[in-house]
Amino acid sequence: MIRLEPRKEPSKVLLYTTPVLAVCVTILAGIVMFAVLGKPPFRAIAIIFVDPWLDSFTVAEMMVKATPLILIAIGLSFGFRAGVWNIGAEGQFTIGALTGGMVGLAFYNMEGFWILPLMCIAGAAGGMAWAAIPAFLKTRFNANEILVSLMLTYVAVLLLSVLVHGPLKDPEGLNFPESRMFSDSAMMPILLEGTRTHIGFLAAIVAAAVAWVLFDRHVIGFQIKVAGQAPRAARYGGFVQNRVVWMCLMISGGLAGLAGLFEAAGPVGQLVPALPVGYGFTAIIVAFLGRLNPIGIVLAGFVMALTYIGGEAAQIEMNLPSAITGVFQGMFLFFLLGIDVLAKFRIRMVKPVKAGA
Amino acid sequence: MDLAILIIQGIIVAATPLVFASAGELVVERAGVLNLGVEGMMILGAVAGFSVTLESGSYVFGVFAAAIAGAVAGLLFGFLTQMLMSNQVATGLALTIFGLGLSALWGQAYSGDSTDPLAKLHIPLLSDIPIIGPLLFSHDPLVYLSFALVAGIAWFLFKTRAGLILRSVGENHDAAHAIGYSVVGVRMAAIAFGGACAGIGGAYLSMVQTPLWVEDMTAGRGWIALAIVVFASWRPGRALLGAYLFGGVTVVQLHIQGFGVDIDAQYLSMLPYLVTILVLVVISYDKTRVNLNAPACLGKPFFASS
Amino acid sequence: MTQTPLLQLSGITKRFPGVIANDGVSFSIEPGEVHALLGENGAGKSTLVKMIYGVMRPDEGDMHFSGAPYMPAKPSEARAHGVGMVFQHFSLFDALSVAENVALGMNKDAVGANLDQQIIEVSEAYGLPLDPTRLIGSLSVGERQRVEIVRCLLQNPRLLIMDEPTSVLTPQEVDILFETLRKLSSEGCSILYISHKLEEIRALCDKATVLRGGKVVGSCDPRQETAKSLAEMMIGASLAMPVPTARTEGEKRLIVEGLSAISEDPFGVDIEDVSFTVSAGEILGVAGVAGNGQVELMEVLTGERAADKGVVRIDGEDIGRLGPSERRRRGMCSVPEERLGHGAVPDMTLWENTLLSARTRMGMESNGFLDLMAASKFATDVVAKFNVKTAGIDHVARSLSGGNLQKFIVGREIMQTPTVLVILQPTWGVDAAAAADIHRALQTLAAGGAAILVISQDLDELMAISTSFAVIAEGRLSEPVQTGTLSIEEIGLLMGGVHNSTGEEARP
Repeated sequence: MIRLEPRKEPSKVLLYTTPVLAVCVTILAGIVMFAVLGKPPFRAIAIIFVDPWLDSFTVAEMMVKATPLILIAIGLSFGFRAGVWNIGAEGQFTIGALTGGMVGLAFYNMEGFWILPLMCIAGAAGGMAWAAIPAFLKTRFNANEILVSLMLTYVAVLLLSVLVHGPLKDPEGLNFPESRMFSDSAMMPILLEGTRTHIGFLAAIVAAAVAWVLFDRHVIGFQIKVAGQAPRAARYGGFVQNRVVWMCLMISGGLAGLAGLFEAAGPVGQLVPALPVGYGFTAIIVAFLGRLNPIGIVLAGFVMALTYIGGEAAQIEMNLPSAITGVFQGMFLFFLLGIDVLAKFRIRMVKPVKAGA
Repeated sequence: MDLAILIIQGIIVAATPLVFASAGELVVERAGVLNLGVEGMMILGAVAGFSVTLESGSYVFGVFAAAIAGAVAGLLFGFLTQMLMSNQVATGLALTIFGLGLSALWGQAYSGDSTDPLAKLHIPLLSDIPIIGPLLFSHDPLVYLSFALVAGIAWFLFKTRAGLILRSVGENHDAAHAIGYSVVGVRMAAIAFGGACAGIGGAYLSMVQTPLWVEDMTAGRGWIALAIVVFASWRPGRALLGAYLFGGVTVVQLHIQGFGVDIDAQYLSMLPYLVTILVLVVISYDKTRVNLNAPACLGKPFFASS
Repeated sequence: MTQTPLLQLSGITKRFPGVIANDGVSFSIEPGEVHALLGENGAGKSTLVKMIYGVMRPDEGDMHFSGAPYMPAKPSEARAHGVGMVFQHFSLFDALSVAENVALGMNKDAVGANLDQQIIEVSEAYGLPLDPTRLIGSLSVGERQRVEIVRCLLQNPRLLIMDEPTSVLTPQEVDILFETLRKLSSEGCSILYISHKLEEIRALCDKATVLRGGKVVGSCDPRQETAKSLAEMMIGASLAMPVPTARTEGEKRLIVEGLSAISEDPFGVDIEDVSFTVSAGEILGVAGVAGNGQVELMEVLTGERAADKGVVRIDGEDIGRLGPSERRRRGMCSVPEERLGHGAVPDMTLWENTLLSARTRMGMESNGFLDLMAASKFATDVVAKFNVKTAGIDHVARSLSGGNLQKFIVGREIMQTPTVLVILQPTWGVDAAAAADIHRALQTLAAGGAAILVISQDLDELMAISTSFAVIAEGRLSEPVQTGTLSIEEIGLLMGGVHNSTGEEARP
């Protein structure tokens, strides 16, 4: 009979290797899946996981995809550590794109170095405002933040669509539901010539660095960690639960909103209804895969970006459906959660005790 | 009058998937488990039901396939959370993300295909009564099943010993364990049942409401089902009411434009989600009521201490 | 002719990592006998009865029931033999009705079709009337216990085990309970009555087995003993009543007036109108059985919870509205009862745990940024000064043994040189040497001019270190007196909450 015994201390070695293990197991599962689908499995895996590294353009594309993933996941890691579950990052991303984008559109025929920073502030503020709703409803009314933030995601996507079909529609644009293209001052400066990688990538790295400092050396990070691990000890330490909830939702909302603005003003260049593509949800996986640790999140962000780029390539070359990416991402998380048990528990074989009399 | 009948029929069609999903999740939560993967289980049921029906030509097989798909997905969640002690929130989310992806993959072959919707019943004589006939007696079998399900769950939870044990596990899993009941066993069974129900609810979407397959066709209904369970204060009858309330909002919002009210359709589409938030706030604010009705061990991991 | 004992235990031994809970326990219970199992908290009583009831299995030894070998693998087997148990922490379900709770606690085949009717009949027959349709959540604690008892009675028990039944009852409910138990015993049902309440055992029981440190240290007829002799058997060698060195007491450091608070815990106890002062150099010891308001009192004093009424002053300043960090700034530190989860974060390292309470007073925080070096240094100092056995300050709190973690937490607080220290169960689960270290540290702190409040269940400890003494029972505090002016018997009575006929607490 197999028995799980909690370890006294989670094995440090295993804590770092389980994400790697999860990646390996997912790849194995992928091989099986492709074989079942009738596609050459090893070629498919190679296309997804290996090929993107071989071309500098695809590497740059990975950075483009990793940018929003890392930004949002960093924000989420605050809340997840504290037990505040912001599942509506996709909605905050969308609203951030909207508010930031609207500022850009307002000045569409102007140039100036101040336009983009203003848009960034508007984007972050929009995301924060959208996240303030679940924060308020949770602290004041005890409403579950998972459901509220999630419902607001659907509302946000609809709101974007309505506005782009209406007031924000490009008057000179053949009546397509899309906004004007942003002016040059309203676009994200490119970081690597000849690619779409923009300075948002640097912002993501900076965010990771700041998060690292906060978690490691600041009382805010400490407070969040304690709140998530031992609420009673948090009270003992003088920390107030409501403040933690607000802090976490504001941080994750702001970063998600900023990521939304970066997407709109970067690779996309305008506001379109299809702007939200699920980064807010994939970022959840990135956060867990990265063990809620800023460095881990950067690495995990690249792994997820890899699945996007590789997945696209596999779609084209092997005529695989686009859903393949979502399947891989889901599998990553599943396997990670399952393999995690090894880090926290020891597996023991126990002989069943014979009952007497 | 015909319009009214049409609207009511529309409400029933909109509500039925929610009835299945929320009734199933209600049982799971009564056992103390919060399964956020309802959306994933529903969409898997939708694709399974649709594809099997299309391939086999039999609706019955389709419904069974949907139930099994949902149950298997649920058991995966159960295995991870009850036996491997993984975080319930993260695992539920993983199930949803994975379910959405897997269903899209599975359904790719069928996008654009359609089948006849599940036939409505025609009960001789009864269905022909004007007004009441179409209203009460002329629905597809799954509608009647949904009502029977709610009644069955209510009877099971409150009138049988097995249901009592399930409720006790959700109330105080340490006490239930001390008395000698298998907490993990009860929870796994509940999770499988909840998964099957969610699967059937999803199948209703792809087999009756719009009998074709579209990616992500659940559009958040799984999440709304979770909210309905809270709204219902974990009581089956009220879950039925909640599902119809949301069904009503969805349908009314579709018809408002027809009444000459000039609001953009997309604003109206927000209505179900906004109403969900409102309902959650109102219900949750009364902390004492929630505390009294929510299964006390909801979402708490269970560690057998001896 | 000697009767076959109903239950006979021989050499029962049970070990847990780090402690031997029961060590070669042997005794027997006759049919119809009311048998007391006496001992302090941690003596091994609960573990022993869990084995009799089938929740655990012993590592060594065996049991016989009516002469036949008996080793239940699970509670339903014990129930099938006719063993019923009323736990100290009830196995009840708040949101379910009385009838549902009763049905859950019975074996499936024992539940009859007319359960409601049976409940009414049996409960009334034994003087514990119950309404089967009421929800447990709406019942008082005494009524809930009735449900547990009726649940056992409906299964025709031959042995009824009661674990600390009266700690949650009013005096009137205690009388009713005793009537019920006497009736049962006269009908041939044996009672195994676990308690540390000396007066009750003397009033109710035919025989008593005394446990200390997991071993049987005595067996007697309680009616032939005095409270003092029972206490001595229970607590150990004759109590030396040290006269603490007379201290010149300084100014009043901690003043509490009329403090009242409703407990957040539905099973908790509200504190009512608590007033006391602690002066510089004074150690006020507050004795009391767990569950009489100690936790609530502590949380209100530390600022983790707000009081409903009353005033708390430190060095003259009203701190009622301040949170724990602000109170620490003004000189108050505290050691809570629960080590893991309250006093320390289980999965954080020792040096991280110093940040939890010491960052304010030890200058580990400036502008929000944490001085990790200072935290490490402080943790190292605490470990050294208080002899904490640990693999290093980089190891998580959970990896320390209970006693060592307690030394760490106490050390962490004392080394912040507070002017007021509140400490709850300072040496629970701590070995004698470590306990002595902690006591010495507390006395040194007091000698340096701090005011210390020690709340504890351990009378020995309070007798040894406190200069003044009070008892907390049912949320109320007795009038503090100088230590040594109350006899053991009086203290036991106060702790047991026994009232004289006019309803006032017994006074010396």
